[in-house]
Amino acid sequence: MTQIDPTGDPETNRILEPPFVPAVAPSDAPPVLSVRGLSVEFPTDDGVVRAVDDLSFDVFPNETLGIVGESGSGKSVTSLAILGLLPKQARVRGEVRFRGDNILGAKENTLRELRGDRIAMIFQDALAALNPVFTVGNQIAESIAVHHDLPKRELEARVVELLDMVGISQPAQRAKQYPHEFSGGMRQRAMIAMSIANDPDVLIADEPTTALDVTIQAQVLDVLERIQTRTRSAIMLITHDLGVVAGVAARVIVMYAGRQAELGTVDEIFYEPKHPYTRGLLASLPRVDRRVVNERLHRIEGQPPSLIFVPSGCAFHPRCPYADLQGLCVSERPPSVELSVGHCSDCHFAATLDERPVRP
Amino acid sequence: MTTSSPETMAAAELALPPGAEPVARSNWQLFRRRFFRHKLAVLSIIVLFFLILVCFGASWLAPFPKNQTNLLITPGGPSAKHWFGTNEVGQDLLTQVMYGGQISLKIGLAVAFFSTVVGVVVGAMAGFYGGWIDQGLSRGTDLFLIVPELAILGVAIQRLGRSDNSFIIVLAALGWMYVARVVRGQVLSIKQKEFVEAARASGASGTRIVVRHILPNCIGPIMVNATLAIAAAVIAESTLTYLGLGLQPPATSWGILLNQAESAVTETSKFYLVFFPGAFLVLTVLAVNFLGDGLRDAFDPQSEHGSK
Repeated sequence: MTQIDPTGDPETNRILEPPFVPAVAPSDAPPVLSVRGLSVEFPTDDGVVRAVDDLSFDVFPNETLGIVGESGSGKSVTSLAILGLLPKQARVRGEVRFRGDNILGAKENTLRELRGDRIAMIFQDALAALNPVFTVGNQIAESIAVHHDLPKRELEARVVELLDMVGISQPAQRAKQYPHEFSGGMRQRAMIAMSIANDPDVLIADEPTTALDVTIQAQVLDVLERIQTRTRSAIMLITHDLGVVAGVAARVIVMYAGRQAELGTVDEIFYEPKHPYTRGLLASLPRVDRRVVNERLHRIEGQPPSLIFVPSGCAFHPRCPYADLQGLCVSERPPSVELSVGHCSDCHFAATLDERPVRP
Repeated sequence: MTTSSPETMAAAELALPPGAEPVARSNWQLFRRRFFRHKLAVLSIIVLFFLILVCFGASWLAPFPKNQTNLLITPGGPSAKHWFGTNEVGQDLLTQVMYGGQISLKIGLAVAFFSTVVGVVVGAMAGFYGGWIDQGLSRGTDLFLIVPELAILGVAIQRLGRSDNSFIIVLAALGWMYVARVVRGQVLSIKQKEFVEAARASGASGTRIVVRHILPNCIGPIMVNATLAIAAAVIAESTLTYLGLGLQPPATSWGILLNQAESAVTETSKFYLVFFPGAFLVLTVLAVNFLGDGLRDAFDPQSEHGSK
């Protein structure tokens, strides 16, 4: 897994106009997927829901990018927008460039050729995402057959190879079983086998481990990592679980209210968080290594905002202990500040956060 | 049992009890096993086979030639010579029932086939594409549903000629709406399922999603409706013919036989004139319905229905 050193000089902090481009890639290769100024709105009876608001990021070959945020922060909508799978009434703006070509709003046929072949998706609930009336082998074969015309025997061999690759024992027999005959962890592996069937360039994993218990989670993440070393796919790991991100991802985007809060390497996000929201999230994690008797877990005050009435200025300001409630935080949306190379925080006070007074 | 190396054992799923091997059976084996668990369905398929064999083999099996009248014998009830008795003109009822079944069964099966095909196509398109396609198709379906069926049937049969083929055309044209409605509802609910979204995310086209992912999940209700359509068509033919709007002798069907048995309504001693054609009709309808039940369960891989 590639990781970048935060070698940037904090004194040359630059304020970038969104959509900004992080200066340095974790590898020299151009990004396989770049999202620029992505906004997704859903008109509803109560008003317009801004699910994603001016989001920009890059995904590089062979890297794992974690996208973290609480429910309703726009993680899943982002992934659906990339694949063009949002319902018709969604209003999508911005750019999604796959290998340089904008695929946002591309023709259905173009998108169909990409989906499952170049950009594949792993769903959260494998039981729901597998068709109950077909055998697992059948479905994996189907996901190949959609894109490639292979003779039946080759298809079958490939299915067995894939099941073996994701660590399912006796793959030949298992291929002939139905999803309900699989255990939860095996179903998720089968889902992964399905998504990597065509060696995609980008693998979007939407909460791949959320429905699983912790030991199976670890196994599935392990499978993902092994797959990546073989296929060199880029993985977009969408999760609300900071632990999962810490273990697997190289870079992390923290999202809040459909916007980016912070972007950086795993180490930067976990050890030098420069956004109050990231700090709040980390502080609210239960820690085994800090034994404090009778201490309650930290919690972020307030509620996540409604995406119809997003707070003015910085969306996090009503809950932010550092916020300047008379000034900038309420009146102006914070720009993305690059604190060091590749480490950006969308906070007016990102650079001086440690010196700021904390609201009681 | 294959011997497992320590590595594969370690990789083996925790859900498996130690030593247990996943048993792989082919789809056909599983299908057969689930179907045979349904005792009534198995019995029904035997009955249906028997009926089809007896009716369509009438040329060889029937004790008397078709429509042969014998005015010399007294019309009477079941006897050793005439198992089902004879009617007023001395026709052997067993022979007539066998020949009559040819037309009744042919109409039933053909109508079920055509109305199911039309209904599935219309329902799947309406349910999957939604919008104005759904509006158009659903309103069309409603229009066909409110048509006074019997009157249209009567008139149309007169126009097209009183043949079994015109029956098939008209009954199919008036019978597809039920399947269409059921399929539309099924498609609407299944299209919301995550596996449909997963199929879309894997790059499948709309048609492919409908044919490969959605319709196989509707096979149960479709089967049940198809079998109901067989029963409905057989009954519709009998009804119309009984009312005198349908087939006419020398053609013969179970409906015609019932029509001719009118006298039995007043004379209980002639019960056999109604009983035997009626029994064949009821037997067919029942068997077909049980068969539908059995098929529905057999098509559902998750079904655990035992022989209750």
